[in-house]
Amino acid sequence: MSTPADAPPAGPRPQARVTPVQGVRQSLTLAWRTIVQVRHNPWELGDFSIQPIMFVLLFTFMFGGAIMGDWRAYLTFMLPGVIVMNMLFVSLYVGQGLNTDLTKGVFDRLRSLPLARWAPLAGRILADQVKQAWSIVLVLGVGMILGFRVGTGIVGLLAAVALLLIFALAFSWVAVVVGLLAPDPERVQIYGMTALFPLTFVSNIFVPVQTLPGWLRELVGVNPVSVLADASRGLMVTGVQAGPIVVSLIWAVGITVVFAPLAAWVFKQRV
Amino acid sequence: MTTAPVDEREPTMNHAIRTEGLVKRFGTTTALDGVNFAVETGTVLGLLGPNGAGKTTVVRVLSTLLRPDAGCATVGGYDVVRDAHRVRQLIGLTGQYAATDESLTGLENLLLIGRLLGTSRARARSRAHQLLTQFGLSDAADRPTKTYSGGMRRRLDLAASLVGHPSMLYLDEPTTGLDPRARTELWALIRELVAGGVTVLLTTQYLDEADALADDIVVIDHGRVIATGTPDELKARLGSRRLVVRPEDESQLPLVTSVVGDLAGHTPDVDGQRVTVPVTDPAVLPAVVRRLDDSGVEVTELVLRSSSLDEVFLSLTGRPAEDAERSASEEMLP
Repeated sequence: MSTPADAPPAGPRPQARVTPVQGVRQSLTLAWRTIVQVRHNPWELGDFSIQPIMFVLLFTFMFGGAIMGDWRAYLTFMLPGVIVMNMLFVSLYVGQGLNTDLTKGVFDRLRSLPLARWAPLAGRILADQVKQAWSIVLVLGVGMILGFRVGTGIVGLLAAVALLLIFALAFSWVAVVVGLLAPDPERVQIYGMTALFPLTFVSNIFVPVQTLPGWLRELVGVNPVSVLADASRGLMVTGVQAGPIVVSLIWAVGITVVFAPLAAWVFKQRV
Repeated sequence: MTTAPVDEREPTMNHAIRTEGLVKRFGTTTALDGVNFAVETGTVLGLLGPNGAGKTTVVRVLSTLLRPDAGCATVGGYDVVRDAHRVRQLIGLTGQYAATDESLTGLENLLLIGRLLGTSRARARSRAHQLLTQFGLSDAADRPTKTYSGGMRRRLDLAASLVGHPSMLYLDEPTTGLDPRARTELWALIRELVAGGVTVLLTTQYLDEADALADDIVVIDHGRVIATGTPDELKARLGSRRLVVRPEDESQLPLVTSVVGDLAGHTPDVDGQRVTVPVTDPAVLPAVVRRLDDSGVEVTELVLRSSSLDEVFLSLTGRPAEDAERSASEEMLP
């Protein structure tokens, strides 16, 4: 039979497919879900942000004087980089949340609903941009309490945040791949941290590159984390440097081009 | 009587769900090996089988989560592969584990689904409150579901699958892991839904659950349907009714044993003072009464009882349901 048994407020006949507008609305609804999670427990971000904040305190007071002779100067140098580091850690949330949905069966429920196939993934990535923005504010706030001052003005600061969010969006695809491959949410964190610690420490976030041996300086120089940290530093403190901004954007595009299709492929394999 | 992989009823237009020759392989494992069955509109079909039999795979195919490798399935007349999006508008799915977002409250979980289905904020809210009341969760509406008990989570999960007023409901082992009281409560809720006209596909490892809820039962094992019928038909078809006789005088046990054995055509079991024998012909009962009366035997107990579904299951699969569960290697999840 072509008409199914009537349900109480039986709508019109079932639709053949989802319209793009519906898909966008569904993604926004799913993003709302993640934002409600943050509202319930705003300090949950601590899981990932506590480390960068701890590094701010630790490095500023323990090593700041030794590295730069003055902890205030060091704070100004380091904080934009720590925001980059924090952004990378927070992007693991995308992977962890996705993995939780997969292992807890939430994803099955979503896929059994008449939704656009891409809505669950889009919703999660979208919502995590909100988490990103919130955690940038958090780290910046701690820095400001300690005495960090933006040297360029509000436009520079907003541009830095925008650049960080663009990069975060690209990096989300890496987190999606990790989230899809990991057997459980805890493992997402372990894999992610294992990869991110060397990536963030072998960079110019914490130390000026002048003291490094030549080969290491080369390595640090090509690390996208260093490039993004330079770009952020420029936008927030020392004044705009076009070079690092352009290279950061190129990295963002490159990561997306490689990891978005990879994520889509792994996604199809797993679900 | 162990292979009856075909639905014996005439195909009618009343079938809410039909599967024909469903095959699904995972690597070298064949999870479904040609599954045929049909569920009539407004009835409950119990899909019974040990772990790893393929029950969950059937549910996943029918909920459009898995594509079958061969065969086809229709839900409400729509093909689950070609018309997946339409099928999704008809079904509600409650999985083996409670699939709600633990960090959201009960109310938010239901609101989320209402909004995803495209209902207005106000209507989603009123539907959510209606379901929370119906499922006895009003008091917990604003608590994160991670604080809920197992029974409450299952009820919320069931409520979540009902937000869109589905006309087909899939319940995949809905009471696994629940205590007896929570189970009984959930059964009552399921009966209410069925009374409201919903078609239900219920998978379970609990034979009493299938017996209590299902209009029809399909027994599957190793990805094949091995028996179909109503619970009563299944019990009767296996011929395994049991005649139990207990003489008043223990010294007459040998006599009773020989009479009963003679008429039933099987060697009876003697268990204490009871003589038990499987019988296929109902006429055995009056014959036994006459012979025992002629021999002057007085009996304190004389019963012809249907075998339980457990016994049916044992004779169909060659192993008890509980053992089958334990020995089964894995449930077929991709």
